[in-house]
Amino acid sequence: MPKKKSKGEKTILSQKLKVVNIGISTFGDDLRSQDVEVVDVDWKPPAGGDVEMSRLLEKLGS
Amino acid sequence: MTSKVIVKKATYRDSISLMKISNTIAKLPGITQAAVVMGTELNRRVLSEAGFADAAIGRAAGDDMVVAIEAKDATSLEAALKEVESLLSPGERPAGEKAPPASLGDALDLLPDANLVVISVPGQFAKREAMQALARGLNVFLFSSNVSREEEFELKRRAKDKGLLMMGPDCGTSIINHTVLGFGNVVREGSIGLVSASGTGLQEVTTLIHRAGLGISQAIGTGGGDLSEQVGGITMIQGIELLEADEKTRVIVLISKPPAPNTMGKVLGAARRCTKPVLVNFLGGDVSPRMLGGLRPANTLEDAAREACELAGGKRRVPTALTEAAVSVALEENKKLAKGQEYVRGLFAGGTLCYESQSILQPLVDAVYSNAPITPERKISGEAPSKGHTCIDMGAEEFVEGRAHPMMDFSLRNLRILQEARDTEAAVILLDVELGYGSNADPAGQLAPIVRKAKRLAEDSGRSLPFVASVVGTEGDFQGLARQQKVLSEAGVLVMPSNAQATKLSALVASGTSVEAKIRERSK
Repeated sequence: MPKKKSKGEKTILSQKLKVVNIGISTFGDDLRSQDVEVVDVDWKPPAGGDVEMSRLLEKLGS
Repeated sequence: MTSKVIVKKATYRDSISLMKISNTIAKLPGITQAAVVMGTELNRRVLSEAGFADAAIGRAAGDDMVVAIEAKDATSLEAALKEVESLLSPGERPAGEKAPPASLGDALDLLPDANLVVISVPGQFAKREAMQALARGLNVFLFSSNVSREEEFELKRRAKDKGLLMMGPDCGTSIINHTVLGFGNVVREGSIGLVSASGTGLQEVTTLIHRAGLGISQAIGTGGGDLSEQVGGITMIQGIELLEADEKTRVIVLISKPPAPNTMGKVLGAARRCTKPVLVNFLGGDVSPRMLGGLRPANTLEDAAREACELAGGKRRVPTALTEAAVSVALEENKKLAKGQEYVRGLFAGGTLCYESQSILQPLVDAVYSNAPITPERKISGEAPSKGHTCIDMGAEEFVEGRAHPMMDFSLRNLRILQEARDTEAAVILLDVELGYGSNADPAGQLAPIVRKAKRLAEDSGRSLPFVASVVGTEGDFQGLARQQKVLSEAGVLVMPSNAQATKLSALVASGTSVEAKIRERSK
């Protein structure tokens, strides 16, 4: 059976957001300006930008 | 004049960072043109159209960075290239400061109780990042586009199984618990909750509600593909259930382009199970009364805002009819047009606003063409010249591969405005302007000089060229609604309170008294 949130368990709509930002850095800056805690990831294309290699790595669970 | 092109193999920066670097370099003394971009097909074409003929550009790949600079002299060029290097280098980290995390796992060491991951990497890498976030039990806001429907379905099914919210791919905005994600506006807290498959649709409705004095509880973006046949509205249905359970939400508004038929059934089924009033705005899409049951339909985004306010007990109405003053200004503008100036040319940063304008124009005029048409037989390429009445979505995937969205980067739309100004059949140019987080810091300031130039171009060949625009935003947005509207008005733009009204006014400018009766009838 898939795991579901039980009633009473808080959904994302009632939590204070705490965010990991991967990609465009201004999205993180805009969240910080709204007093949201944010950690930015210094993202680079995996495997030097090779999509096929990236898909292979994904399959291998890397 | 001298120029130089440098291709940096396998070097990545996001499109917005590169746009900022390009703008900084372009302002240096002696520089006539500057572009620092990823080597996507679109960017390579834009460079060659800008006159950069270096063969190295053709050999650049999507993950290579291209630096192209044109200067008045060699000294300015050298200085600019040096500045590019300095802006691209990360800079010295103060002693003791750690390197920023390079992966989600590393980031979670720093923020172990994170509950949301915002992802905006190029589309081909987006699924991998989103899957990792879901695997760790985190909700996702996925801004990236160019993700297949199959990948979207897989992500959303996984999210649903884990009781997580997967907003996107191609999700422009959400307001979750009063925090704006992506492109969005500062709006009052209130009791109206939205679930929207349309980013600018969500922005238009939330800002119009705010301007009518009411507020927003939550606004959940699903991404544009959610209501496709393959994805089946997974996120919209989750969103409806979340808003039904959300104590602050008293009225629910659903926004989307017309969904795939089976998906529409599923979504409306979930909506009919709600105990709260639900308003449905499937832009221009016919929903049979039997399918609606007790749900309330709204035709335009503006109608949706007005009716949501009424349901939430608002005292002020959202005015949706054109004022008499606006009608007479439009008819005056129509009289000034030269023979042959017949068509509306809409150039949109907001995809949903482009769609809404087509659905308003279509019944008023003969045919409306678009790169994102409401009916497939009206499709034209975004690169091709306009044909008859045309609405171009400048935020379509063909215009944003490796480039910042047109709400940020005005360069391609500005070029298109000048192209329309040279077309003797263009009667009026219709624009949208979005304020808020993520958008350009001064959109009206980007447009005003181009509007003036376009008007001069037309006047030089004996034509007048009216402009009509609407501004999506609030006084709380950092660009300031009134200030932005004023700059546009001063440049000679007729500024309307909504995209729906701007579209009707444009039809009136282009077609004059022949559509006046129809517009008055529809505005009742």
